[in-house]
Amino acid sequence: MNAVNLSRRFFVQASLAASGGLMLGFHMPTAEAAVTEAKPWNTPVTGIEVNAWLVLDPDGTVTIRIPHTEMGQGGMTSVALLIAEELDVEWSKVKAVFADPNRHLRNNKEYKVMSTHGSQLVALQHPHLMQAGASARERLKEAAAQAWGVTRDKVEAKQGVLKSGSKSAPYAEFAAAAAKVTLDKEPAIKEDASQWWLLGTGTQRLDIPNKVNGSAQYAIDTRLPGMVYAAVKASPVPWGKLKSFNADAIKDQPGFIAVVELRAVEGKRGQPDMQDAVAVVATSWYKAKNALNMLPVEWDFGDSVTASSKGMSENAKKVLGEKGLISKEDPKALEVIAASKKVVTADYERPFETHLRMEPINATAHVQDDRVDVWSPSQDQSAAVLIVAEQLGRDPKDVYAHPVFLGGGFGGNGGGGTAVTRQAAEISKRLKRPVKVLWTREEDVAQDKQRPMAAARMTASIGEKGLPEAIFTRALWYTQDKQNQIGPATADYGIRNMPYNIPLRHHERHNLDTHIPSSTHRGPGANQTGFITEVFADEMALAGGWNPLDWRIEMTKELPDWQLVLKTLKEKSNYRTDLPKGEGMGIAAVECHGTIAAACATVSVTRRGQLRVEKIVIVADCGHVINPHAAKEQMEGAACYELGHAWVGGLDIREGRIVNTNMDTYNILRMDQMPDIEAHFALSGGKKWGGMGEPAGPPVPPAVANAIFAATGKRIRTTPFRQYDLTWV
Amino acid sequence: MAINLTINGAAHNVDIDPDTPLLWVLRDEIGLTGTKYGCGIARCGSCTVHVDGQPAKACQLKAASLVGKQVTTIEGLSKDGNHPVQQAWKEVGVPQCGYCQSGQIMSAAALLARTRNPSDGEIEQAMSENLCRCGTYLRIKAGIRRAAQLGV
Repeated sequence: MNAVNLSRRFFVQASLAASGGLMLGFHMPTAEAAVTEAKPWNTPVTGIEVNAWLVLDPDGTVTIRIPHTEMGQGGMTSVALLIAEELDVEWSKVKAVFADPNRHLRNNKEYKVMSTHGSQLVALQHPHLMQAGASARERLKEAAAQAWGVTRDKVEAKQGVLKSGSKSAPYAEFAAAAAKVTLDKEPAIKEDASQWWLLGTGTQRLDIPNKVNGSAQYAIDTRLPGMVYAAVKASPVPWGKLKSFNADAIKDQPGFIAVVELRAVEGKRGQPDMQDAVAVVATSWYKAKNALNMLPVEWDFGDSVTASSKGMSENAKKVLGEKGLISKEDPKALEVIAASKKVVTADYERPFETHLRMEPINATAHVQDDRVDVWSPSQDQSAAVLIVAEQLGRDPKDVYAHPVFLGGGFGGNGGGGTAVTRQAAEISKRLKRPVKVLWTREEDVAQDKQRPMAAARMTASIGEKGLPEAIFTRALWYTQDKQNQIGPATADYGIRNMPYNIPLRHHERHNLDTHIPSSTHRGPGANQTGFITEVFADEMALAGGWNPLDWRIEMTKELPDWQLVLKTLKEKSNYRTDLPKGEGMGIAAVECHGTIAAACATVSVTRRGQLRVEKIVIVADCGHVINPHAAKEQMEGAACYELGHAWVGGLDIREGRIVNTNMDTYNILRMDQMPDIEAHFALSGGKKWGGMGEPAGPPVPPAVANAIFAATGKRIRTTPFRQYDLTWV
Repeated sequence: MAINLTINGAAHNVDIDPDTPLLWVLRDEIGLTGTKYGCGIARCGSCTVHVDGQPAKACQLKAASLVGKQVTTIEGLSKDGNHPVQQAWKEVGVPQCGYCQSGQIMSAAALLARTRNPSDGEIEQAMSENLCRCGTYLRIKAGIRRAAQLGV
């Protein structure tokens, strides 16, 4: 801990403004705010380590180290389940702690992957996680076999006990020996669900008890001795340049310590990169925030100040008339449409959306001569280490990220937990003391990396049997610096690869530039294009005189997984097209992260246009489900998340800045708007392992939009729904 | 200025600007971090506490206005985390990220203290100012019904 003389008032100006450095003036107060001891971030582990994931205690406790992030998706429990299944231990003896990201990097990525994104934890990481359990089990058996003078196949490992004939011992007894065992080859893992005893049974999550008594530690809860607090403001028009500020104007504010100038680095405009910003540091965050509000700051907004949602929307309509990049070329499709007597065409649009994690963006850093500690709400704690090391020019071996629970992630906390982690490291370095940086909710929304605004013009010709024979799509999105791809998404990911068997297809896309930073966002790509494709599917089906659910079944005849999902939906949903006016059901099906999810929404709309989403039945095929309890929770959650955007959400940009930056103006779904959700699985099994944290969301907005059409005859082609007049007579 | 506050039955003497919202006194001065900051404008409910048994949003309560009142936070709702609402939350498995749940639980506990067996409409009305981005609303409702059975 750095010694700081708190009784002396002093004032320092240091300048490092050149080359992307920073300038600060700081002002020590006479009294330090009260602080308590830091709470324990990593549970102390006792016992013997069998491998990096597993520690066995003679008292029977099995500690499983969790390399991934727990952000509400149940990841902590999923990892523990996958390992415990193979290890074969009593579930009640399992204790989960977070793995150490520094160790991971020090030992050449010992945990393989710490990043938690793209609904991949179970889908893609299960082989090596299950292997960690299986390999430990076989080593324990081998160690016992050697001690007992039998061959390994004569030793049984079950529920934490090794047995052979009359001999038996708890796993822990052979833990030390097992750690030294070399096997000729690693054992196979149980990919076949019929072999599971624990996976698939439905397990309560491990993190629940700490989340009902206020004790679960989030990054925002970090408290360190001598810690000070920073409130930060970047240009309200993203990427605007900091021209000047007057620290003197606030130096007498209560608790004021310093103003720290933070600078963007030329050419660095990615997710974890800093923008120009000013930070006010004070003895409490409340004081820091108040002083920041009073700080005179001048920005150079540049040309972006003219941007608006309205202008971007108008421009989108113009660009949809212009030839774009070719995703799939087929001149024949265009010819057939031009000659067709029956053409369906429509324009669609989705606005920018923000992640709005309930935990506003924050990070705490303590930069010392010999080590750096950081608490960051990152979906990849190892990336947090690397980002901080890079920011400070330090060896990653000296940087310790302390994994915490995340108050939501939704794809917005990748890359080390966003630029705030750099800000905290930089400010702590300058002030030589621990600092917690917390963005106000307004800053959190204004400076988040947003889900891109998207639009498309969809045209199809309807041929014999009322089915489409040719389709021509032109999609666009607004991404920062015209990025072509964000995560798995492109402007037409989900459109160009729609599952429907339309013989002739021509697909184009435009990447339009915006200064609004872009990010992955729960269900990337599918969350915009799923709406576009599936509302248009409804329009194509109805134009051809088809029942929209039967149309989808007909149009995916060759695709067994789609058939399974759609036919299960038909069976579970009681989908009807003959409800009285004011009531309606709507269908949509979208693939996302390797999982197909289909939804049937039931809505009612009063004559005065009051919408109520009564119920949504969702059927998903993610191949395998390791914890039905958590998977259904994710289906409910993803549905609520996407329904919120589609019904009441949408960022509003005026004069280059986001104007609805808090929860009075940027709305999410409330309890009284939440429909009943009925979640079902239709599992194709085999080699399919799809994600489950995101895919149930994307089919919900189009299913509801299609239900609104069924109820009112009003076609919804953009969101939020609430902007539509839904009155009917 | 020194202010005496009673939090979870214990007396705390804090030296603060009397206008400081209770939320920041709890989190940054006293170290009770279970009460969360979500919006700062009384729109999300993450900071819900009880003042003399009534639910209130700590981000809007000036510390000085609480002198002589009983403030209860999530940490003080029960001794062992087994208030019927907390028990029900564990049984049903309500939380996902958990960040809003302190506020949800405090609102639910206050609802059940005044209405032993609330209807769905009463639940929705009482809970509509507590937002959850993970979408746990159906489980919150189920949790409240279960807590009503357990008896608050």
